Amino acid sequence: MRLTDLPLRQPAYVDLIDWNALSTSDGQRLREFGLCEGAVVEALHHGGLLGRGPIACKVGRMTVAMRRNHAAAITVRPGARDGRA
Amino acid sequence: MSTLPLVALVGNPNAGKSALFNALTGARQKLGNYPGVTVERKAGRLPLSDGRPIELVDLPGTYSLNPTSPDEQVTRDVVLGRQHGERLPDALVVVVDASNLDNHLRFALELIALGRPTVVALNMVDLAARDGLELDPEALARELGVPVISTVAVRKRGLDTLRTELEAMLDGAPSRQRPPAAPEAFDRLRGEARRIARAAIVRETPSRRLTAVVDRVALHPVSGLALLLALLFIMFQAVYAWSEAPIAMIEGLAQAASDAATQALPDGLLRSFLVDGVINGVGSVVVFLPQILILFSFILMLEATGYMVRAAFLMDGLMARVGLSGRAFIPLLSSFACAVPGIMATRTIADPKDRLTTILIAPLMTCSARLPVYAVIIGAFIPARDVGLGIGLQGLVLFCLYVAGIIGAMMAALVLRLTVTKGASGGFLMEMPKYQWPRPQDIALGLWQRAVIFLKRAGTIIFTSTVILWLLLSFPKAPADSGISQVNYSVAGRIANGLNVVLEPIGFNRDISLALIPAMAAREVAVSALATVYSLDADEDEAKLERSLGDRLKDNWPLPTALAFLAWFVFAPQCISTIAVTRRETNGWKWPLFMIGYLFALAYVAAGLTYWTATALGLG
Repeated sequence: MRLTDLPLRQPAYVDLIDWNALSTSDGQRLREFGLCEGAVVEALHHGGLLGRGPIACKVGRMTVAMRRNHAAAITVRPGARDGRA
Repeated sequence: MSTLPLVALVGNPNAGKSALFNALTGARQKLGNYPGVTVERKAGRLPLSDGRPIELVDLPGTYSLNPTSPDEQVTRDVVLGRQHGERLPDALVVVVDASNLDNHLRFALELIALGRPTVVALNMVDLAARDGLELDPEALARELGVPVISTVAVRKRGLDTLRTELEAMLDGAPSRQRPPAAPEAFDRLRGEARRIARAAIVRETPSRRLTAVVDRVALHPVSGLALLLALLFIMFQAVYAWSEAPIAMIEGLAQAASDAATQALPDGLLRSFLVDGVINGVGSVVVFLPQILILFSFILMLEATGYMVRAAFLMDGLMARVGLSGRAFIPLLSSFACAVPGIMATRTIADPKDRLTTILIAPLMTCSARLPVYAVIIGAFIPARDVGLGIGLQGLVLFCLYVAGIIGAMMAALVLRLTVTKGASGGFLMEMPKYQWPRPQDIALGLWQRAVIFLKRAGTIIFTSTVILWLLLSFPKAPADSGISQVNYSVAGRIANGLNVVLEPIGFNRDISLALIPAMAAREVAVSALATVYSLDADEDEAKLERSLGDRLKDNWPLPTALAFLAWFVFAPQCISTIAVTRRETNGWKWPLFMIGYLFALAYVAAGLTYWTATALGLG
């Protein structure tokens, strides 16, 4: 399941990140935010009235906003216990 | 100054670095720029316990020594001693957010590995406690191998200990310097950071986070947008409602100064220079200081509370549609106060094309310098009528001018992104900070700095251009019996008559052409220039002197001309500071010249269309 499809407030493991779909600097920024394979994410808010806006996710103790094209590059597996792995 | 020991504050964004910097240096701050780049250099003096001062610099926040924006590059270069115009810091204060150790320790480890004398400020320990997090600073210090000091910048906790630690460090052995870690070390450092964070956390109880609760409302597609619009509405209302009294006070002072000068001096050149040139000219601009400060206080508050990033999140969908990053919302909102800090704020946009587009459209946001122009024209030509629901016609016209600027900017962005700044759309990747109450002193300090910048501008650019205009208007003197008005006879009048050939088709008269020349320096100069023109012209007819600028405009301009004048100022890039900052930010003349060109073209077409339409509708 992609991060874009993950229901809100359901912690999930990051299974795979398609680094090739991201620019070098965006990929680096995601890593710096703590997003990597094995991390736990939780989608908190979808922005935009028509659902095309960015997504705010909890990663560790941070809240990170990203556009849908970034979230689509992240494959997740629901079932993590909480967002503080 | 250069002999003082230099200490750099460095850390992740949102680690509370600036609050710590303000708490340590108080009002003893110096704002400047690093040579060659337009990254702001914030420096201040910190006295040690024995009275010796050290120089403290607040470096832009960054996540690693691998920069993705010009701001972050400065941080890396200063820390490594490679920044032109800055000496290698004698010590580093690494600021980490106590409630986000996993993440912030990674960067701290990267900095500690450089081998410089380093002390870690474990900041915002109070907010961490609020989140149910108890930490052991001593365990952290053992693991990191450098001193760790718990601080709460906003309450001045831990500052003395930090100072003592720095003192000992600067007196200590000469420092080494190791090269930065290779990017491949990233994962190792992250693992290490996580392990150390675990070791330092004594207890972690899950607790309801205030931020999460507020965000449920503030980031909701419907209630969030409603909240944002309400905040913006209150902000723009406040700019007018709260500024009336202070504006009246400044006007009173200017009038008193003008009266005093008129009485004290004999009629002649000196009096004309002081009253018509200096007091009228500069006074008509300083009057806007209250409105600018109100606007800035809102923007500073929105930034300091952490709301600004939420606003960017809500607006990102719209921004994406015209090819901009959600981040562009913050500089564009600042541009409502002034395009100069707005354009400087684009430094946080990583993508160069995204950033360039934002710079090019920032001058279309209705900055506070347009207010004087709009206010005078609207006051004179638009009747103060109620159009129903308690909405005044004057306010409505002003609102339309703001909207015209925003729509113009969005259209321009769309076109620019398809042509000159074509490329992949930039992203929106941002950390959302925790909400916190801003410290009133921090807001006051920010406002004070803005006020000084504005008054300096009024004292230099605006003063100079007003004086030059007065000179050009006063010479050569028209012969007393010629029947030619002084304005027509003067150098400025002759230049304006030439320019008028181009501007006449869009309904502008000679006086407007005259005012537009000095207004290249700053838009608000148009008002002081018109005031100077009509006050010099009035000399021949003493009766006219008693009348306000608005009344004189109304006598001399037909309505379509006034409307065209308003439309012109929605677009025209008449601000030398904006052009200068664009040149600095884009490293050359190409983009500022492009900006001047496309904005003047838009201004000409908009003013023309307005004039022709209004004339055709019989409004003249």
